[in-house]
Amino acid sequence: MKDIAAARDSRGAPPLRRFHQARWDEPIIFELSAPGERGVLVPLAEAGVRRAVGDVVGSLPASLRRKTPPALPEISQNRVLRHYVRLSQENLGADLNIDVGQGTCTMKYSPKVNDQLARLPQIAELHPLQDQDTVQGILEIMYRFEGFLRAISGMDAFSLQPGAGSAAIYANASIIRAYHASRGEADRRREIITTIFSHPSNAACAKTAGFDIVTLHPDEDGYPDLKALKAAVSERTAGLMITNPEDTGIFNPRIREFVDAVHQVGGLCAYDQANANGILGVTRARDAGFDLCHFNLHKTFSTPHGCGGPAGAAIGVTRELARFLPVPAVTFDGKRYRLDYDRPDSIGKIRPWYGVAPVILRAYAWVMSLGAEGLREVSRVAVLNNNYLLKKMLEIRGVRAPYAKGRRRIEQVRYSWEDLCRETGVHTEDIGLRAADYGVHYWMSHHPWIVREPCTLEPTESYSKADLDEYAAILRHVAEEARTDPERVRTSPHNSAVHRVDTRGLDDPAEWAMTWRAYRRKSARSSESHGGEKT
Amino acid sequence: MRNDHRTVHPYIPNSAPAVKEAMLREVGARSEEDLYEDVPEALRFRGSLELPEPLASEHLLRRHVEGLLSKNRSCKDILSFLGAGCYPHAVPAVCDEVNSRGEFLTAYAGEPYDDHGRFQALFEYASLMGELLDMDVVNVPTYDGFQAAATALRMAARIVGRREVLVSRAVSPDKLSKIRDYAKPRLSVRVFDFDPATGEPDRDSLEEMIGKETAAVYFENPSYLGVLATQSARISDVAHDAGALSVVGVDPSTLGVITPPADYGADIVVGDLQPLGMHMQFGGGHAGFIATRDDPKFVMEYPSRLFGIAPTSVEGEYGFGDVAYERTSFAVREAGKEWVGTAAALWGITAGVYLALMGPHGMRELGESMLAKSHYAARRLSRIPRVRAPRFRGPFFHEFVVDYSRTGKSVARIHRALLRNGIFGGTDLSREFPDLKGCALYCVTEAHSQEDIDRLVDAVREAVA
Repeated sequence: MKDIAAARDSRGAPPLRRFHQARWDEPIIFELSAPGERGVLVPLAEAGVRRAVGDVVGSLPASLRRKTPPALPEISQNRVLRHYVRLSQENLGADLNIDVGQGTCTMKYSPKVNDQLARLPQIAELHPLQDQDTVQGILEIMYRFEGFLRAISGMDAFSLQPGAGSAAIYANASIIRAYHASRGEADRRREIITTIFSHPSNAACAKTAGFDIVTLHPDEDGYPDLKALKAAVSERTAGLMITNPEDTGIFNPRIREFVDAVHQVGGLCAYDQANANGILGVTRARDAGFDLCHFNLHKTFSTPHGCGGPAGAAIGVTRELARFLPVPAVTFDGKRYRLDYDRPDSIGKIRPWYGVAPVILRAYAWVMSLGAEGLREVSRVAVLNNNYLLKKMLEIRGVRAPYAKGRRRIEQVRYSWEDLCRETGVHTEDIGLRAADYGVHYWMSHHPWIVREPCTLEPTESYSKADLDEYAAILRHVAEEARTDPERVRTSPHNSAVHRVDTRGLDDPAEWAMTWRAYRRKSARSSESHGGEKT
Repeated sequence: MRNDHRTVHPYIPNSAPAVKEAMLREVGARSEEDLYEDVPEALRFRGSLELPEPLASEHLLRRHVEGLLSKNRSCKDILSFLGAGCYPHAVPAVCDEVNSRGEFLTAYAGEPYDDHGRFQALFEYASLMGELLDMDVVNVPTYDGFQAAATALRMAARIVGRREVLVSRAVSPDKLSKIRDYAKPRLSVRVFDFDPATGEPDRDSLEEMIGKETAAVYFENPSYLGVLATQSARISDVAHDAGALSVVGVDPSTLGVITPPADYGADIVVGDLQPLGMHMQFGGGHAGFIATRDDPKFVMEYPSRLFGIAPTSVEGEYGFGDVAYERTSFAVREAGKEWVGTAAALWGITAGVYLALMGPHGMRELGESMLAKSHYAARRLSRIPRVRAPRFRGPFFHEFVVDYSRTGKSVARIHRALLRNGIFGGTDLSREFPDLKGCALYCVTEAHSQEDIDRLVDAVREAVA
């Protein structure tokens, strides 16, 4: 028998995967329509019902009745399924790639057992307004999970209502506003301070909540600038909304001084813990003096990202602020769990019902699987993986990890390809897209790009040493290719589902089309005016 | 805990002692402690996290969670007529299949190349909704219908440059609470009434209130109380005559038979996608849509991502990308419109699958089935002495108010009796609407059978006797 494996291993180095993404060249769903085909049949009203009520549609006022049917496609069931399964194959979920490239997103393994539990009818078929005696199980899960978060963060009270991280940040900003209003200082306390390396939602959500935003830039070592903070705080300061470690993966050792400076002027401090994955059991929101915090369940707590939701977030506050939390609260009297609406100072509701229950259930199960020591190990290994990948990345010529020179990182690193770009003219976007030809991807950075030609990698605890070696090898290879064959890198991806997109029309109202009907209208016009040729 | 005694957890591969040692050596650290050197001792938590003992084996974890869930009785066990914003519909198997594919379930923020599938699936979702709503622009979903309504009102205020919004009282008080919180920084919210006899928006109340400061009028069709607005075109006219926008909330499951709000002058249409292929999930299946015409004045005010179709370097190949990205908080932080973040994309994809499966005929049959069954229920209930169903004269869709006030029994008491018969009666409206004491909101969808409804009627008859 031929030694197949021998041919895979070139020169003793791990071979690069000869990956090709599925490329189905799939039409848009409307193009599959075949009149008469049906995808699913509806349970119709029985004969007895119809006899009793007659033609109800016909009895509605004509102005209410739909005149023309919606122009939805008509497609048989298996053809719809096939279309979407094909599209799914053209999608690089964390289940199928070494997803260490999406920094700040914490793309850890989402355990399948938790997905299966979340689909059981005893959660999937619950109505939120059922008699509370009939939903004691899910209420208990929510109550217990809040207890876990109190232990992890040191904070006194939690709400699981927010639908994701930014919703939580907004809720925290709303609580800050309510707090100052309760003390008659709403008009004075107009400013929220944040940093440029905190998630943009810290700025945007606080702005939406009515605040003016003061954004601090880092000092030359990449830490939030304490001098700048001290200059920025005043009697106008409502609060500080900050991430730590920031999106650079650098831990701000002086965070307590930041909190103290804001407290000194009577402001509140909110801790965006999207980047909690490296510090579970290591340092807590309470110990740094924070008044509020939030966690992303779809990041640190393993729930799947869903292409961008559904997700969940938890907001935690000190005892003093608990009265402002959204309603209802989940309470327990020793015998029964209850939804308690008696919170006159609550900011009210930030979404329907009580939280994204199947997401909360998955997060609960994840913590139950790991326990206290398991959570510490999650963070320790996430940090080890990150520093290991950092070492591998710094062995690549043309990469730097700006700031905090010689210092460790926590759970992620923001790298710069600036040197490589200066040398070859190849940009970070190109490198990321060429990496897609090997079945991985990366995320660059939030805007603005303080770090030039950025890429932000966050290994998490889920990937093995071999996975990290493969990822680093891919980027090393692409970096080399940028020198030897830059055009190949600049024109990538070559092995993805599609080729380079022409984005020019996406900012032009005359060209852009967010629906098929708009596209048909605009492309027909261009067809006409250009004698059948599309622009 | 020492490595040699500890079992490596399946979720943490590099916890295996030998590989961990090798990695520590390679990064020049003696132990993991070294890697935390930048966390000052004063901030180090040296206690133990008070968490329960772990259930590391999947089997024990499953038994534990299933044990907790067995304390729930779901709407499979108990016949439910609850609606009020979360609806029991028939969920096609293919919807569940597509949203459990790991490729979609575990993806996030890849590029329009490696994540081409996500971009196309969401563009198709927006396109299918566009047909249902008869509108050219639909956003990548936001969290839920509450957020959609609240954002639409702030959008309207930005578009028109005014600071007041008028909201119908026949809106869920929870939604109104959200709107008030969200409007607080920028807008004043005033509530206009509904007609106590018909349940429809009260045009007089609206006309008295509307003025030069009004940016938008918001009402729902059907309303929270189930009533369809027959004067919707006139309401839009009142709004437009005052220089304001008409913002309408709609249940998408009705639009196979009910005319879309664009037909009666709605400028912004919003709602929740849960009825289109999502299980109820104790309120975990929500997603919000916002739709407008393709006018840059409107488009540039969306906070959400908007996915556009685009050509690629290969003739005839469909590509996608972000439209007007510089509008968003991702691009320009607090200079963007409100904010955008992780919300409910997978439910958007699922709603697209649902609409593709249903097609125009399915959506029509869905509407017809709901109308027939709900009207059958109301008719049979109204035959019970002292029970008034529906309470309002206005036409209704799949929800209607039942008035028990003449039975001498409270809604709570009647519902306890129903529950003893294995039935969830409709939502008790007394707490939310003081003028609707003794009333409950019942929901009947295509998922209910004639037998289900007959069972309800018998149980109600017994409960009020």
